[in-house]
Amino acid sequence: MKRFLPLLTALWATTAALLAAGPNAAFKLQDFAKLPVVFNGRHQPIDSVARNSLVQMRDRYSLYDLTEGRTVPAFEWFAEVTMNPEAADRRKTFRVDHPDLISLLKLPAKDEARGEDGKNYSWNQIEPGFKELEDQARRIFEREDPKRNERPMDASQRTTFEQAVLKLRNGLTLYLRLKNTILPGNTTNLLADVAQFRAVADEFRAQPTNPDTRQKLISQIFNWELIESFDAPLILPPTEILPGREGWTRIGSGVASLVWGDRAGELFRTLQDLRRVSSAPGMESSPVLGSLRERFNTLLDSATAPKPPPPALEALEQLAHAFRTRDPGTFNSVLVSYQQQLVANPAVAGDLQKSQREAFFNRLAPFYNTMPLYVIAFLLGCYYWFNFSEWARKTSFWLIAFAFVIHTVGLIFRMWLEGRPPVTNLYSSAIFIGWGSVGLGLLLERFWKNAIGLVVGSALGFVTLIVAHNLALGGDTLQMLQAVLDTNFWLATHVVIVTLGYASTYVAGFLAIVYIVRGAFTTGLTEPVAKSLARMVYGIVCFATLFSFIGTVLGGIWADQSWGRFWGWDPKENGALIIVLWNALILHARWGGLVRERGLMNLAIVGNIVTSWSWFGTNMLGIGLHSYGFTSGAFLWLGVFIISQLVLVGLGLLPENRWRSSIPRSTAKA
Amino acid sequence: MKRLFKFFSSLKLTVWLLALGILVVFFGTLAQTEDGLYVAQQKYFRSLYAVWSPHDPALKWIKVLLPGGYLLGTMLLINLLAAHFTRFQWTWKKSGIFLTHIGIILLLVGQLATDMFARESRMSFAEGQWRNFTEDFQATELAIMSDAGQSDMDQVVTIPTTQLAPGREVRHEKLPFTLRVTQWSENADVRRRGPMVDKDRPAAATQGAGASLILEPTAATRAMDRRNTPAVVVEVLDPAGQALGTWLFALVLNEQEFEVGGRTYRAVLRSTRYYQQFSMKLLKTTHQVYRGTEIPRNFQSRVLLENPKTGEKREVDIYMNNPLRYAGLTFFQHQMGRDEIDANRGTSVLQVVKNPSWLTPYAGTLVVGLGLVVQFMIHLVGFVRKRGA
Repeated sequence: MKRFLPLLTALWATTAALLAAGPNAAFKLQDFAKLPVVFNGRHQPIDSVARNSLVQMRDRYSLYDLTEGRTVPAFEWFAEVTMNPEAADRRKTFRVDHPDLISLLKLPAKDEARGEDGKNYSWNQIEPGFKELEDQARRIFEREDPKRNERPMDASQRTTFEQAVLKLRNGLTLYLRLKNTILPGNTTNLLADVAQFRAVADEFRAQPTNPDTRQKLISQIFNWELIESFDAPLILPPTEILPGREGWTRIGSGVASLVWGDRAGELFRTLQDLRRVSSAPGMESSPVLGSLRERFNTLLDSATAPKPPPPALEALEQLAHAFRTRDPGTFNSVLVSYQQQLVANPAVAGDLQKSQREAFFNRLAPFYNTMPLYVIAFLLGCYYWFNFSEWARKTSFWLIAFAFVIHTVGLIFRMWLEGRPPVTNLYSSAIFIGWGSVGLGLLLERFWKNAIGLVVGSALGFVTLIVAHNLALGGDTLQMLQAVLDTNFWLATHVVIVTLGYASTYVAGFLAIVYIVRGAFTTGLTEPVAKSLARMVYGIVCFATLFSFIGTVLGGIWADQSWGRFWGWDPKENGALIIVLWNALILHARWGGLVRERGLMNLAIVGNIVTSWSWFGTNMLGIGLHSYGFTSGAFLWLGVFIISQLVLVGLGLLPENRWRSSIPRSTAKA
Repeated sequence: MKRLFKFFSSLKLTVWLLALGILVVFFGTLAQTEDGLYVAQQKYFRSLYAVWSPHDPALKWIKVLLPGGYLLGTMLLINLLAAHFTRFQWTWKKSGIFLTHIGIILLLVGQLATDMFARESRMSFAEGQWRNFTEDFQATELAIMSDAGQSDMDQVVTIPTTQLAPGREVRHEKLPFTLRVTQWSENADVRRRGPMVDKDRPAAATQGAGASLILEPTAATRAMDRRNTPAVVVEVLDPAGQALGTWLFALVLNEQEFEVGGRTYRAVLRSTRYYQQFSMKLLKTTHQVYRGTEIPRNFQSRVLLENPKTGEKREVDIYMNNPLRYAGLTFFQHQMGRDEIDANRGTSVLQVVKNPSWLTPYAGTLVVGLGLVVQFMIHLVGFVRKRGA
């Protein structure tokens, strides 16, 4: 551990230095980042919203600014987007990789002297090309619309250019949503806008029958409803605990509720219905339209004396003002008093704690930080095979054990944050497969003490965490679960067990890779090593059969409980079935003497392909109930992985005299 | 004979069958992108053999011949049974393996029974509506009602649309007339006939709604979540064989009346109905999403269940992961929406499954799971003892 200390200190020092630099250093933005909001249907800190949004726009959790020569953390970027949009619009927020898209939008080429890196662009740079971008997007959507086409094209048929168009468009939409969080509609003085609204409401109440005052109020509502419709994060906290109330709100409905109280949401919904129905063809004279109009007017008439704006609204406006006018003193003191307001508010104290926990988890980044540990442990394990130095094996073992502890803590922390079993989406399945593989590897090492379990465990731990890291680029990894999945019992049983089945099939496959690689390229595959590997693979395949079978049928039982059919031939179900069949095939081939040691290894390697196909390939088909988390880049990697496994199988099929290790023809059954 | 028996009980056959099973599942899954779930299921899993081709037209010449699910299932069953009668010796050490295979037999037989006896249908209604039938999602029928009186228990004659091939004449003992099918489309659009645009195109039929409509057959859909909208044009012949004109019936059209021999009949093309002994009324729908998202949080239907036979009258909630099991049927919350005309009125679609063998997979799973655990423990205990020694 000693030798890492200077490294860690240096790392910490540079990070701290980076965070402290820049024009916004005097603002306590790290504390701002811990404030709770509701976004994606869940309570989360601003920090998470910022990170998960930025990563969708530029594939990174922070933003490197060429002109300032420093890394801007996500929360600082978010502070600019929400409180100083002019500055944010100049930041190179959006990553545009596709050369055709760059030229379509007439974006500048790489020129470091002018601060252009040739791949990241600002809102202001992209804005002139919005029409072009929108035309492209419309063309794609029309092509895929089943109402317009007899045979609509499928999303999987999009070209890389089209994918880039839609990705950028999604990023821009998200940016626009965030921009309306605190200062909606590019306002510079929110409180003045609210004061004006209250004055109009007062006027209306004084003369409710005057068409002029009525019209004024209606146009005010239109404005606040428009602001609401941007789908910004919900930033206004509830002021009291009331059962059945909606809790957190956006600025738009928060302002409307000053006059209409609880009925503000209903007023907005009615307005939306009215807009939708009146624009639908053939509805002009429908009685529905009449009744909607009547409801809208009744709601409008129920206006009460406008309440003063809530303290949170004032605080947010003051924060934004201080941030824009570069007044860190006021910003920091308002922030402290706003935090105290939240702590004192019993309706949100729980939310505040929860978001502070999550912000801490973000900073801890347990999975990201264990990756280097696994790499070092892997190398040490391989080193052991060359000179059998016990210290290398022991160091590797303890490093993995240490990483495993962090991995476990991260897993439990996530479960605590979510209030869910460990696997809830593709991202967490990768984390969990890694965890299970590392655990199995450590277990194998305890029995055999020949570094094989270490190498396999650390390799799988690292690879799955890389996969998880890339899956996280899609955005929020703690997303709420759809109603169908909202059952902790089945998530804890079916999903956990079937995922352990995946993990063990991979462990068997990677053990087999060790056998083939060491046999073909080194002389290290001696008879005892080969024997131990054969026994390990056999044992793990048995374990994998057990878990994948039980996991799969539990999934069937869940399906029977939820949809009334045990088996529906859904792609993911079929994928799991193939894993079970494949493991059963390996076992039967072994029992029947159809394969010996090397055949067993080759079959186990094919198990890697089978498992990867079930894990990712089935999601890529884009059909069925499990087709969540589709990532197109993953397709390429899946292909690369499958080919690499086939190459290994090819090595395994080479005649024995081509191998460097000469193992005696083993006839022993495992 | 002995050699045949040996072949059927061999482990080699097991391995081959498993390998083929993997292939058919794999290609059957790939085919779903093109064929849709339902068709792919019929082609690959409910069949004796199947042929797979890539959907890229340039590669269509590639053909993979595969055994179908029924063939493989049967072979596996024979293989298992034969192995049990010949090779297997009952010992404690093998008790886990034995149990596992018994369980797998149960699962295979259960799946076959489900395939043969299970029936899926749907019950869709808006708030306040009663239903005493469920509707098939695929099959359709032509229903002809004679106006006996006001009662709902009029005489109803239903003709499955599978019998409506063009040129065919349909007679029924309860109907005094004959229907001659002149046109049948599995999937068709029906639209109003424009007097100017469609100058050269005749109307779909000479009588009823079809006299002002045009029928445009389209390709049958294979998407899982959409259905075909069939249409049929029939000529009505009175008992004397006299033609009374043609009528268009389509899934998208309402009931139409026609008269034969002074009596009025009503006819409609509709989803095949399965009438039940009880009725259900949709009282209230609840459709919640997570705040600020479209992610569904809860779909819930509260229904009033009334069974005159048993005198039952009670309210039940049906929601995700909480189906209603009643009278051999299971009702699952499927879809939820708003009425097209009255946006304040919620609608709900329940998936209704009748599966007499729904318990077999549970039993099979239990037995296999037990078998695998027993076998795994036997190995593990042996292994740990050996390592410990």
